[in-house]
Amino acid sequence: MATKQTRALARTMMAPAVIVLFIWMIVPLVMTLWFSFQNYSLINPMMTGFAGWANYVYVIGDPSFTQALVNTLILVGGVLIITIVGGTFLALLLDQPIWGQGILRILVISPFFVMPPVAALIWKNGFMHPGYGMLGHLWKFFGLQPVDWFNQYPLFSVIVIVAWQWLPFATLILLTALQSLSEEQREAAEMDGANAANRFRYIILPHMARAITIVVLIQTIFLLGIFAEIRVTTGGGPGYASTNIAFLVFRTGILSNDIGAGSAGGVVAVIIANIVAIFLMRAVGKNLDA
Amino acid sequence: MARRVSVQTRIGFTVLAWAVALLLFSPILWTLLTAFKTEAEAIATPPTFFPQNFTLENFEAVQDRSDYIKHAWNSIVVSVGSTLLGLIIAIPAAWSMAFAPSKRTKDILMWMLSTKMMPAVGVLIPIYLIFRDLRLLDTVHGLTLIMTLINLPIIVWMLYTYFKEIPVDILEAARMDGAELWNEIVHVLVPMAVPGIASTLLLNVILAWNEAFWTITLTSGRAGTLTAFISSFSSPQGLFLAKLSAASLLAIAPILLLGWFSQKQLVRGLTFGAVK
Amino acid sequence: MGSITLEHVNKSFGEVQVIPDISLDIKDGEFVVFVGPSGCGKSTLLRLIAGLEDTTSGIIKLDGQDVTDAAPAKRGLAMVFQSYALYPHMSVRDNIAFPLKMAKLPPEVIAQKVDYAARTLNLASYLDRRPRALSGGQRQRVAIGRAIVREPKAFLFDEPLSNLDAALRVNMRLEITELHQQLKTTMIYVTHDQVEAMTMADRIVVLNAGNVEQFGSPLDLYKKPANRFVAGFIGSPKMNFVDGPEAAKHNAHSIGVRPEHFKLSTTEGAWKGTVGVAEQLGSDTFLHVQTDGLGLMTIRTDGDQTFKHGDVVYLTPDATRIYKFDAAGKAI
Repeated sequence: MATKQTRALARTMMAPAVIVLFIWMIVPLVMTLWFSFQNYSLINPMMTGFAGWANYVYVIGDPSFTQALVNTLILVGGVLIITIVGGTFLALLLDQPIWGQGILRILVISPFFVMPPVAALIWKNGFMHPGYGMLGHLWKFFGLQPVDWFNQYPLFSVIVIVAWQWLPFATLILLTALQSLSEEQREAAEMDGANAANRFRYIILPHMARAITIVVLIQTIFLLGIFAEIRVTTGGGPGYASTNIAFLVFRTGILSNDIGAGSAGGVVAVIIANIVAIFLMRAVGKNLDA
Repeated sequence: MARRVSVQTRIGFTVLAWAVALLLFSPILWTLLTAFKTEAEAIATPPTFFPQNFTLENFEAVQDRSDYIKHAWNSIVVSVGSTLLGLIIAIPAAWSMAFAPSKRTKDILMWMLSTKMMPAVGVLIPIYLIFRDLRLLDTVHGLTLIMTLINLPIIVWMLYTYFKEIPVDILEAARMDGAELWNEIVHVLVPMAVPGIASTLLLNVILAWNEAFWTITLTSGRAGTLTAFISSFSSPQGLFLAKLSAASLLAIAPILLLGWFSQKQLVRGLTFGAVK
Repeated sequence: MGSITLEHVNKSFGEVQVIPDISLDIKDGEFVVFVGPSGCGKSTLLRLIAGLEDTTSGIIKLDGQDVTDAAPAKRGLAMVFQSYALYPHMSVRDNIAFPLKMAKLPPEVIAQKVDYAARTLNLASYLDRRPRALSGGQRQRVAIGRAIVREPKAFLFDEPLSNLDAALRVNMRLEITELHQQLKTTMIYVTHDQVEAMTMADRIVVLNAGNVEQFGSPLDLYKKPANRFVAGFIGSPKMNFVDGPEAAKHNAHSIGVRPEHFKLSTTEGAWKGTVGVAEQLGSDTFLHVQTDGLGLMTIRTDGDQTFKHGDVVYLTPDATRIYKFDAAGKAI
């Protein structure tokens, strides 16, 4: 409720934000679409002109694309499973009456604030290095052969690093949701004779369902674009073993200078992200009404 | 929370929770301890826990080798600069959405959110080419601009949720008291929303500080931020574990401290107000 | 000067007509109360005058000047909100000084006016406190202080006392009335409480569903209600209404008798009934009587009466004070 004058002012005040975001969204996207139908290579300036679907055929038809797509799904899915299950467990644990809750929260949340390249490097060199990494030492302590993680299990290693970074996020949000569950509701369930397992199944889990959905959606958005962790650790290799779609676009477009094919990959990435985004918008949008 | 539990149960949960928490924290603890070890000690078998010969030489070496201070300065300029710029654009927009909503307000908010979901790789190539042609590659202001754009939706959203909690009566009182829009925002809205604006600032500085896609792809030597600085350590050169730890510690310490202060806002900011 | 004229003002929110068509003439210096049940459009009407909402059609004049499209800041009116709407980040002094600062008065003038307002409202010792450190009544006084310093053409009060407890409400009611007598500035006061309306107003506007049911002095409204709605709304306890044959005896569709206009007897009278609840207030006693065939009636009698549940009583309405209404509810 406001006057016409206020509403007119409001439109003016909103304009800068709307305009810059609109430009930011539309200009590069249109360019990406345009390039994706062009023969455009920075190495070979002779290659020009309309390419039709050739770039898409080239990108999607290449076995590296299929592998990158599968890798992306495994990466996103793996991290989601670890963070949701682990996050729920940690949230339930931190919600118990324990000593030092404040400090514990700080310890648990910390990995989220570690910038991706640092996280990747710490894990790569301090923990997963077969020679002097901590895991190597641990393996040796038990008389086992240390594992060369990034060569033997490149994708799994990346998943571990990314999951370590995102576990705090899931924990924190699930814990916040958990703590908004009223004590009375819990006590009522207890009075009704529900044991711990039943309380979790029928009271706590339904209450956290929305928070879990939101964690899944937001993490998916970020996880689809995982880049620095791969760049710093495996460089996408060996071969394409740990290349996801985001890294593939970078490899094709920037490292190989094939603008056309890179753009086609970019368009595919946008389409995939949009499918996820639609679901997220629904979930957040519902909350706007509440 | 007055749940009655026995002391044994409490001890059990406490031990379990601390074990898990320390396990999760161990990579950071390892970095902290290794940063003060000599290179030889850092790769010693069996490994030491506390540094046996406490040393600061790694920090000096890091500064000499890749100019930590310059990169840190770039990080500060980009993260703080982009956040402030974002706030200047977002405060009026959030004011409009919170206090003079129209039928389209919700759609605009959702649309802003959707721009955040566009994968960076989808636009990497055009942005890279535009930056190359405008000579913005590897410049601090170019990077600041990008960072402002990618965080603007979050800034608008966070401010919007905070502004919504301010009673519109008070703004109307200011209007009745003869305040024009500028005065209404500067003298009434902004001072009342200081906690919310501060949280927004904090979270966005953290996000911009840790952003590692555009900072790596659009910079090299000159405008490199700490993310780029750290990435330059990815190819090992001889004895470097302790130096790497020192560099990592320098890169994450400031933001770790800020992050600890902003836990609560983090939840609200990153879920776009859906979880409070 | 502060006369306010509304000419055929209409306000709709989308499809919903909140105020169909209102014309009012408020004289300079008058204390006018807008009263009505919740949702009757009284607050909307006030906000239209303030300029916080704009009219869908119609004209609002201030001192004869058309201000329909003027921004609130330009109208020279002051408003006191139900929530007080104090600036929480400013001291009491800065709160009161804010409108003066916005008017760009020199600091020494501001200081002088703030001091004067603070002394008038007994706020002098709280000037450096924040609003959150004040009681409800003190906050209300700060809000009033903020309104009076700018010497507005008129004061607009939007249910200012509804957040206060009963005792404080009576006090503040007196203070505002006294303030009006001192300042002699036009005041428009919105409330749903007919007691506030009766005690404070020079003239009362009774609103119902966005329409003015009656505009007149408190006693006019009490003695000569224009219709059944006003008759029922003004006066406490409410007027008793009787329809049907009993009303037809008076050549009316329905008749109304105020609780205080009955003669009460245990032996004989016009209407026979049984006492349900007797509310003894000391000064008065309110009897809720279930009459034979005419429904529940409220009777006001003096405090010494000691009726109990189940007592049989006879009621005789004061013949000179029976209100008659036609089928449309209009007074005859």
